[in-house]
Formats: sequence, structure tokens, C-alpha cells
Amino acid sequence: MSIKLESNTPEGPIEQKWDSHRFSMKLVNPANKRKYQVIVVGTGLAGASASASLAELGYNVKTFCIHDTPRRAHSIAAQGGINAAKNYPNDGDSIFRLFYDTVKGGDFRAREANVYRLAQISNLIIDQCVAQGVPFAREYGGLLDNRSFGGAQVSRTFYARGQTGQQLLLGAYSAMMRQVGLGKVKLFPRREMLDLVVVNGQARGITVRNLTTGEIESHAADAVLLATGGYGNVYFLSTNAMKSNVTAAWRCHKKGAAFANPCFTQIHPTCIPRSGDYQSKLTLMSESLRNDGRVWVPKNKGDSRPPQQIPEEDRDYYLERIYPSFGNLVPRDVASRQAKFRVDEGRGVGPTGEAVYLDFADSIRRLGQKAIEAKYGNLFQMYEKITGENPYEVPMRIFPAVHYTMGGLWVDYNLQSTIPGLHVLGEANFSDHGANRLGASALMQGLADGYFVIPYTLGNYLASQDLPKIDTDHSAFQESQNQVRARLDQFFSINGSKTADEFHRELGQLMWEYVGMSRTAEGLTQAQEKIAKVREEFWQNLKMTGQKDYRNDELEKAGRVADFLELGELMAKDGFDRKESCGGHFREDYQTPENEALRDDQNFCHVGAYEYLGQENNKITWQRHHEELSFEYVKLSTRSYK
Amino acid sequence: MAGTTGKTLNLKLRIWRQSGPDKEGSFVDYEAKNISTDASFLEMLDVINVELVKKGEDPIEFDHDCREGICGSCSMVINGSPHGPDRGTATCQLHMRRFQDGQTVVVEPFRAKAFPLVKDLAVDRSSFDRIIQSGGYISVNTGNAPDANSLPVPKENADMAFAAATCIGCGACVAACKNASASLFVSAKLAHLALLPQGQAERDQRTLKMVAQMDEEGFGACTNTGACSAACPKEISLENIARMNRDYAKATLKDRKTSV
Repeated sequence: MSIKLESNTPEGPIEQKWDSHRFSMKLVNPANKRKYQVIVVGTGLAGASASASLAELGYNVKTFCIHDTPRRAHSIAAQGGINAAKNYPNDGDSIFRLFYDTVKGGDFRAREANVYRLAQISNLIIDQCVAQGVPFAREYGGLLDNRSFGGAQVSRTFYARGQTGQQLLLGAYSAMMRQVGLGKVKLFPRREMLDLVVVNGQARGITVRNLTTGEIESHAADAVLLATGGYGNVYFLSTNAMKSNVTAAWRCHKKGAAFANPCFTQIHPTCIPRSGDYQSKLTLMSESLRNDGRVWVPKNKGDSRPPQQIPEEDRDYYLERIYPSFGNLVPRDVASRQAKFRVDEGRGVGPTGEAVYLDFADSIRRLGQKAIEAKYGNLFQMYEKITGENPYEVPMRIFPAVHYTMGGLWVDYNLQSTIPGLHVLGEANFSDHGANRLGASALMQGLADGYFVIPYTLGNYLASQDLPKIDTDHSAFQESQNQVRARLDQFFSINGSKTADEFHRELGQLMWEYVGMSRTAEGLTQAQEKIAKVREEFWQNLKMTGQKDYRNDELEKAGRVADFLELGELMAKDGFDRKESCGGHFREDYQTPENEALRDDQNFCHVGAYEYLGQENNKITWQRHHEELSFEYVKLSTRSYK
Repeated sequence: MAGTTGKTLNLKLRIWRQSGPDKEGSFVDYEAKNISTDASFLEMLDVINVELVKKGEDPIEFDHDCREGICGSCSMVINGSPHGPDRGTATCQLHMRRFQDGQTVVVEPFRAKAFPLVKDLAVDRSSFDRIIQSGGYISVNTGNAPDANSLPVPKENADMAFAAATCIGCGACVAACKNASASLFVSAKLAHLALLPQGQAERDQRTLKMVAQMDEEGFGACTNTGACSAACPKEISLENIARMNRDYAKATLKDRKTSV
């Protein structure tokens, strides 16, 4: 069995692809929609918006989330904003420019047609959210305000102070809860998806664990939508929430869904630096801060004076120096790499030397503290709580941290994975951001997929498939339950001495060292071996406590870490296989004399998607497949922000 | 265990342990040793939990996720205050530099009839979801929206709506209230939508439905004490409750179903 990566991109000029596709797709008539059952896993922006929109159309939706309430999904923590090509500021933006910036920002490793559709849909999202009552920031005239984000020279980012994700998620959540009240969405909180049930090659259901009662449940449907977010927690320390994990996606991968570009991870340049061994996660400081903050380090190595005492002439505003056109607003991959170079040169700051300054003194002088507080108040407060320092007086210390994963399950233009009926939305898929995501584009993509893509493409799937009636009595559901139970039993039977968190930390350290901001062929080879060793030990030495049949956080963690230990190896393998640098994937052996990423368009202008072939003892085998990418509208060129 | 400042402290912890809703619970004492003052309160609990797991004991269960004060998962009362001693701070953002070496710290779950206990410090807050599903939305299907700038909203109203909308649904307001009232939570959602032009069409019905659902869930009555707002990690204003009461009176008078 070998998978085929058919992108199913519609024919025709790029401006017309989505319109003509919408016309050519089959429709499910309104009376028939209520005969279909759809499962949505995850209630972040993508899952909640998909659940609401599909229920509004008349489908029966069952929605699952791991939290006690769907409103806690990690989309809630997105700070800075959401892009759209409205051109309200009249500064030259357009759908084509948003499309162009996103393709270039992704370093030419995304599918052009998908990105164009995303840019087209972006404007509808803003309209929809405002109609739902999302309180975006406004100007004194009552109209919507915009700000700038990295990788763009226009202001196209809509925002709600530093809590844009929260406000957008609560909008999607309330739209979904309205459908719960109307009986069209049935909500299953505190459920973790532990397996995908495939019958006759089609995704027909899921197996979940009730995280409160411990019960293993089966749910059948005509299609399964996965909106379970990214896998940044494979690094242990990241800006992701503690529960964010790869398990649902990984279970699908092992059932036949190809995993695309796993090595494309985004290391966000502006996070609060780590402080000690006890640390459980890292906190982001929104990219929007780079609108008004200036990034610098001392010119001289070992300059230990407090930042306020370092005079202008002894400071190196290195982003402004190297990239005069984009300055502090270069894309994230570029800003992160430059911060790492400064630290490697020995010019890092703070007690650990692993930080650079983000300084607001100039903006406070120019605009006043009040203006800065109105824009970023909650971020400054958050910084002060964590570090105990006042950023109005002392420059922030920031350092890159793992934030987002561009890779994910491979999907075609219709968001369908390589398993018919399994659709993947939001960060969980790989589709639109290429090798580097621009700021304020994640919220845009999650909502585009859920509100405006899947409601059309899912209808086409349902209308064109032969879907025999299946319920949970089918033997495939029983088999899946048995497998899930056996695995849980196994965690309890090991009786080792190390906790799941300890293994997770070990994995995280390997990932950060070898599959982090800067990678080498040798390091990536070593990483694969070392991760396999940790995985081997995990299955021999895991310590488990508590009950199987009631709430048990340790058991949840063990399952997630077990999957991260497989994914980590695949990420290192993909990083090794992709012998070029692009976007967030920086190979030291492929760089320009100015230390910029050196792409190899001859050999790697493609999506690398892995098929899981099997596992023997501790050895996992994958096969790498290619989806070639062609660029007809944005010419392949070296990305420059100088 | 020292962080960047190198300072550590020791604490005596008294933590509520209860293995399930129908089981009897009690306080259990633990020693927290050499905790970095740079660690967060939850990271301190992580350290205790690793020790418990190593000993083969059940770790302390508590809800947590984003650890940046926005998901609203944290649900513990620390030394008598929901989310601990700092104003405008969720438990996950509370840091150990706020405590004294040798201090005794008492930790218990949010307690309210409408928040049944799940285990240890974790409670079930699905009553909040049922209140939202009763009317906490604007009924607009996907695809129906006019251009976002077609309806200007005065900046002042937009800012007030935003302030009310920042509620994270943690339930500290309920835990702080002597009557376990959910008025701050409900009124924040009502105010968010009532302050925007988009929310006007359903304003009366929304108020009536959400207040009725709040009562049905078993939350107590509001006596305008203000403990809720003082405990709120997002410092949601008491003004919202006044607005809710006004809107409720208006809606009741106008309501055809209840007026004779």
C-alpha cells in the first residue's frame, strides 16, 4: 500500500480557482444534511468555527475537546492579531499582496493555490467576527484599527489589545454554543482522542478516553475533522499550553495519514527567557511589540553594565543595521536566528547571557507611557509578573522559543488527508505557511479552514462518497478499543522509576539541541539515535501511579510523551532528509556567506510527506513522498528583507 | 532548583485532597523545599507532584493549561483567596517571590454548589457553558455578515465591551462570593454584547435567558458586596452587574411572555 499525494488543486487562473471549485463541487441538499453525522476533534479556532458552521448548515455534529470547557483551547492565548487584506488604512494592501507576502514569508514551501484562497477569505473572517461581536480595537471615528506585523510593509493586522486569540475564540465558541443549545452540536468535553477508526479505507469514527471517568468510548460518523493544533510541545519547553499534544494527529498518522514537513517548526523571537530547571513552559511576548520596541545588544562582548547605562554608541540595533527596509519587523525565523547569532558571539544579556533587549524607551519618549500602555498593557503586566522587572523602565529581555509548527498532517486543497473522510484543519495540517509562518496568520488560517473552507469541501466529500451505514457495533470499533486499552494497561505494567515528565524533558533537550534553531547533518543523525534510545528506556522504565478508571493526569501525560518520542525521531529524520535551509529550517551546511538560509529549489521545492510503514522492536520505518510545488504567480527568488 | 536570581524558599503546604465527588476529603500537609522564588505557584506544585509520583502516591490533581493567565483553567483558593494574594492575577501567574520563607500556605478548590468537585483541586464548571449556550451569543450564521466597517462603534463603547469580554471563565468570582453568585460572569458577557450595536436585536431575550439559566444552575443571589470583582484575575468591573440588573428590569417589563 502506497499513498498518493494528489493536491486536487483546481485548474484555471489563481484568482478564479476557489470560485470555480465552489461551483464544481457537489452539494448536499438541505434536507439530506441532517442525515449526516460529523465528528470534530478540538475546539480551538478551527474546530469551534467548523462545528458552528457545519451545524448551521444542518449537519449533526459531535464535538470533542480535552478541556473541561471548549473555551480553554490554546487559540485563546494568541496575542497579537489576525491579518486580512481589507486595505482599510489605504496603504497599498490587496489580496494579491497578502498572498505574495505569505508565500514569500513561507520561503516558497507552501502551495500557491491554498495561500491565495486564504488571502481571499481573510476579509470575510473579519466581517464574520465583527458581526459576532468580537471587540476589535477601534479608532476614535468608530472604525477598525490596524497595526503592522513582521514580514509585511503594510498595516493589515486587526487586533483586540494583546488578547486577539481570546476574543476570536470566544466568538467561535459562542457561535458553537448557540448550536449546542439548538441541539445541532453535541459537546463532549474532557475527551481525548486515542485512535481513529477506519472502515473500508474511510475514516468512520474515533475512540476516546473520558478524562474524568476513565471510560473508553466509541463514536461513529460519516467523516472525521481533526482540529487538534500543533506539536510544539515535543520540545518540552514551548509557548504551547501544557496539554497541547500530537496524539490525535499521530494516531491518524499511524492509521495511514501522511505527515508533511515535520521539521518545519517556528521558533518565535520574542519570548521571556528561561530561568531555571523547574520551568514548565515559556511565555510569548507578542510580535506586535516589535512595532514600537527596538531590539539590541551591547556592541562589546562582556559589557555587563545595566542597559540604561549603556550609551547609544555602545549599542548594536542589529536588526535595523542588517535589514534597513524591514528593521525590527523582519519575519520570525530571521529575527530568531539573528538573536541566536548575537548570543553565540557572546553578546547576549541578562543573568544567563541567553537573551537580547527589546527596548521601548524611544517609543515611550515619542508617544508617552499612556499610549504604550493602551497598546500593550496586558503584555507589559505579564512580563512584570513573570520576571519581577518593570518593562516601562528596564528593557525587556527576550529570547527565541518554540511557538508554532508549520508541519502537520498532509492535506489536499479540500483539507482532506490521505485517508478519505479524515479532514485536518488549522495548525494540525501543514498547508498554508510553508517553512515559516508570518505573524497574525495562524488565527487567519484556523478560522478560514473552519468558517469558509470545510463547510464547502466536506459537502463535496459526503455527496460523492458511498458511505454505508455504520455504527459502533462494527468490529473495527471493538478492535480499536482493545488496542487503546492494551496500551493503557502497558503504561501501568512497566513499573519503572522515571516519570513521564522526566522523559519529556530529556526528549525536549535533545530536540532543542539538535532539531532547534540551527541544525547540522551530524546532529540530526545523532538525534534520531538518541531519541530512539530515550524511547526504548521509556517503555522499560516508566513510573505510573493513580487509577486507570478515573481522572489521572500522569496517565494522560504518559500517552502524549510516548507519541512525542516517535514524532521527535521523524522530525530529526525530515530535517536530515531536507538538505537545504528554508524558513525555520536552518541547516548550517546550507547557508549564504551572510548567514542567510540557502534554499535548493532544484531538489527540494516540494512538500516532504512521510508514510508510516511500521515498527519492529524499537525501529520505526517511514517512507518519504514528495508533492512537487510550482510557483507561477510569485517568482521563486531569494527571500530578502534588506 | 534555583532560578536566575538564585533565591529559594521553603514552605509548609496544607492541600485539600479528595479522591472523588462522593469521597470524603481532608487537608494533607506537605513540605515544599528549596523552591526558586522565580518559579510560578503551579511549578511549585509540579515539584511536589514529581516527589509524590516517585513515592508511588497519587499526585495532586489540579486544572491548568496555558500557564499565562488566559485559559481560565486554574481553580484554587490560596490562603483564603481565589487565585491567591495578588490582584488581577490568575494562580498560574502567581510567582513564589510573593511568599515568605517558612510560610504556611493553605490550598483548596473553588467551592460552590454549581461547581461540583472532580478530584483534589479540580472542579466541574460546565454550568458556565450552559449559561453561555442559553443566550451568550449573537445569532449570526457564517456568511451572513456585512462589511466589518459598515457599522461604526464609538471607541469608548468598544473599549468597555472589550474590558467585559476579557473574562476568562475561571469562576473565581463564584468562589469569592459568600452566596456563590455567578453575577459577575453572567453580567460580563451580557455587557460585552449589550455595549455593541450588533448585540441589540437579542438584548432583552439574552438577559432573561442567561439570568434564568444562572438561577437554574444553583448559583446564589448577588448582594453587591464586590468580592467577585476583587478576586477577578481580569479585574472585571462591578459596573457590569449594575448594567445587568437594569437590563433585566427593562427586559422583564417589556417581555410579552411574562407580562399579563
